[in-house]
Amino acid sequence: MNRRVVADYVWPLAVFGALAFVPKIGLHIPKLFDSSISSPGTLQLLALCLLFGGLALTYDLLFGFTGLLSFGHALYVAIGAYMTNIALTDWHWSFAQALLFTAALAFVVPLVIGTISLRVSGIAFAMVTLAFAQAGSVLVHKDPHHWTHGEEGLGVDYAKLPDFFVGIFNTKYLYWLALGYLGVVFFIARWSVESSPGRIWQAIRENELRVEVLGLRPRAFKLMVFVLASFLATAGGVVYLLLFNSTNPSVTAPNFTLALLLMVVIGGAGSRWGAVLGGILYTYLDDRLAAVGDSSAVQGLPKVLRTPLEQPLFLLGVIFILIVFFLPGGITGLASRGRPGGLRRLEEAIRPGGTVGGTPEAGLADPQEGV
Amino acid sequence: MTTFVLLTVTGLGLGAMYFLIASGLSLIYGLMGVLNFAHGAFITVGSYATWWMSENVFDGVGSAWVRFLVSALCGLVAGAIFAALVELVLIRPLYQRHIEQVLVTVGLSIAFVALVQGIWGPDVHPYTAPGWLHETTTLFGAHIPNDRWVEIATAVAVLVALQLFLRRTRYGLIIRAGVENRAMVTALGIDVRKAFTLVFAIGGVAAALAGALSNVYFGSVTPDRGTSLLIFAFIVVVIGGLGSITGSAIAAVVVGLVQQYANYYGTNWIGDWGLGDLSVLLLLAVVLLVRPRGLAGAVAA
Amino acid sequence: MTAAEAVETRTLLEVRNLHVNLGQSHVLQGVSFDVPEGGVTALLGRNGVGKTTTLRAILGLVGRRGTVRLGGEDLTALATHRIVRRSVGYVPEDRDIFAGLTVEENLRLAERGDEPRYDLVYDLFPELKTRARQRAGTLSGGQQQMVAIARALLNDNRLLLVDEPTKGLAPALVTEFAHVLERLSELTTVLLVEQNLGVVRRIARDAVVLDTGRVVHAGDAKELLAQPELVRRLLSVTAGGHA
Repeated sequence: MNRRVVADYVWPLAVFGALAFVPKIGLHIPKLFDSSISSPGTLQLLALCLLFGGLALTYDLLFGFTGLLSFGHALYVAIGAYMTNIALTDWHWSFAQALLFTAALAFVVPLVIGTISLRVSGIAFAMVTLAFAQAGSVLVHKDPHHWTHGEEGLGVDYAKLPDFFVGIFNTKYLYWLALGYLGVVFFIARWSVESSPGRIWQAIRENELRVEVLGLRPRAFKLMVFVLASFLATAGGVVYLLLFNSTNPSVTAPNFTLALLLMVVIGGAGSRWGAVLGGILYTYLDDRLAAVGDSSAVQGLPKVLRTPLEQPLFLLGVIFILIVFFLPGGITGLASRGRPGGLRRLEEAIRPGGTVGGTPEAGLADPQEGV
Repeated sequence: MTTFVLLTVTGLGLGAMYFLIASGLSLIYGLMGVLNFAHGAFITVGSYATWWMSENVFDGVGSAWVRFLVSALCGLVAGAIFAALVELVLIRPLYQRHIEQVLVTVGLSIAFVALVQGIWGPDVHPYTAPGWLHETTTLFGAHIPNDRWVEIATAVAVLVALQLFLRRTRYGLIIRAGVENRAMVTALGIDVRKAFTLVFAIGGVAAALAGALSNVYFGSVTPDRGTSLLIFAFIVVVIGGLGSITGSAIAAVVVGLVQQYANYYGTNWIGDWGLGDLSVLLLLAVVLLVRPRGLAGAVAA
Repeated sequence: MTAAEAVETRTLLEVRNLHVNLGQSHVLQGVSFDVPEGGVTALLGRNGVGKTTTLRAILGLVGRRGTVRLGGEDLTALATHRIVRRSVGYVPEDRDIFAGLTVEENLRLAERGDEPRYDLVYDLFPELKTRARQRAGTLSGGQQQMVAIARALLNDNRLLLVDEPTKGLAPALVTEFAHVLERLSELTTVLLVEQNLGVVRRIARDAVVLDTGRVVHAGDAKELLAQPELVRRLLSVTAGGHA
């Protein structure tokens, strides 16, 4: 077996296999978790971490690997969560029916939106994706036909869910579901990036013009990765629904997509494990930093220091800024020097005047094509 | 007819606030290539500073008008200082690393909203402005809340001031040239980085102004005001053309009006599907697909 | 040159071991040459060998390794605007004037000192005075070139970096600009990138030839151009025409 296959498939399989045993291990890790790692509370948190590891990876497919900056990725997660929920709870469909319906949407919606959005690139593309996501958010808030229940959110109809996903003692099944989701996303991502379309994605990230000159149509490949990433994100949305047993508008907010962006950058864009690590770490910190805020150490501080420390998002934002300053390659960038290729390619996407990707010119004082 | 007039003035009032925010965003992007997500924080600074000053510092001092104006002034100063600090501390060290600059503003926006929520809570605080702003003036039979006039007048004043600044001052000249070709400006011996800080400060003032006005328009102070206004401001900037003040002005008017008309007439026609917002988003998508550089394209002012 | 004359010409600009990487390509691979004070030094070479990049590298407009010394002072670590303020003027290849600004504003932007030399500018280019209020984007190629050169003249620059000023101009204008450059060379030192060998023969004193990112010849310009075989080998052209 050559080294790449070992790195790409054997190691991850081993890791995922090891992780599968977690619900069977009554291990107590005091500072990191409140209770044993096989307890429902901790399993729920771990499941969430794994889910977001997968979601972050779907986002990384777009931007770390292909250089497409999207501000609307949350829309697809929301479709997965909300549409399944609505089908079950408002329309009273069966679980299988709801899943099939969502799967169809997961393919058709990004196909349509992608075809429209990918007519432009760079900042324009980012804005169009934002627009579509905002449209989704507006619809959710406006609650047409009282399906989404707007701000208050929609609780799922438990009777419609398969038994093994319901109830606190079945949290381990949710954990395995999340782990399975991450595993599936990981291997699909790995396989597709190494495949020939995947190499074209990375070529597009490097120099789209060159790809076109070679007689290939970049837009078709971009659409391919767009649909793939969105489909996988929608699948993640279904898992999200199962984990929370409800949906609320926060999953449609721009902050949701921005959180995915943070996860990918913290972990390291365009790298093998970066996005996954970033997703897991961010989700963990978001949960645990709240506990830090409640701890006696922090409560003892004067109000001026205590208030910011009580806000997990404040801490995460600051950590993120620090990483951008001192560790732009993210955590996995600790291994490689300087700015990762993924980040530099993304630069091309947002450079003023950038429409079709031009020749990357490292170190050049920013040549503007006139904004 | 009266409804139409009311909708038009309301749309212009909202558009006025969008313009105030968009003008700064547009200049910052045009000159520096930075998509400034932290602009929402500048709005919030203006909004909260104005409110906090009038509630806590100037409480009971002078007439309601004086309190309002002085508090708003404090809000503007706070906005300018905060924006300049952001540029100096966070943006300048990342010179020419555009993606990192954008990321840093994203991080700042998230951290800042959380901080504000921590200090003043996530709830909505009601805001009362001086009496006249609550009263209405009748125009063609429509009862128009007076704050709309203030917003429109302010936006026009800022537009004029910005144009004068860009056309009549040396830094204005530098900025106009820099939007076209930053590298050449440095090749003429000019330190563009000072212009960067200045543009951020200008953006900060304009955004803080929008924040202060939004307190009056919405009658409340909330932590997510900055974010929700920012999204529309981004749309205005992109439709108008990045780097163009005039483009932003036109786009702001169009967006504000479309939002009001579509919302009212659309709701009458189909029902409450949020057509106002959806129409604006549709407009953005259409403009981007037909004319990706926006209405005005490349040139500042 | 006699020994006395040789001592008289000092070196104004020293470029040592310049390396520039653009994307994947190693465009400058250790470029070293001297520009003596006064007169015109021509920077020659085929298309794409790195002539424009050399000028940009001297100004720090591209990331580079190596050393650049002006009048003995090491400028390498300075930011572009600081280098320019050490009295270096730049006339870029595509003129790079600001289309949205008027002629007058383009010039005003370039002012650095207390007494900009508008007298010199309007003497050489009277048209710029009459077209002062015209938007620079509406000027003809030749007029834009006037603005580009005028910008570099406003300040008493010790060194002018001029990149293909006659490119794309009608022959009559080429002659005019050659004349302008000749006058300039009497006032200051010029490092001139030029493909038109006729212009080079007329005004250049020294020549530096680049080939694939390296200096392959340096010496007297007229001596070089008097050897058609050498010219053809280095520049792929006959001595009378364009490179």
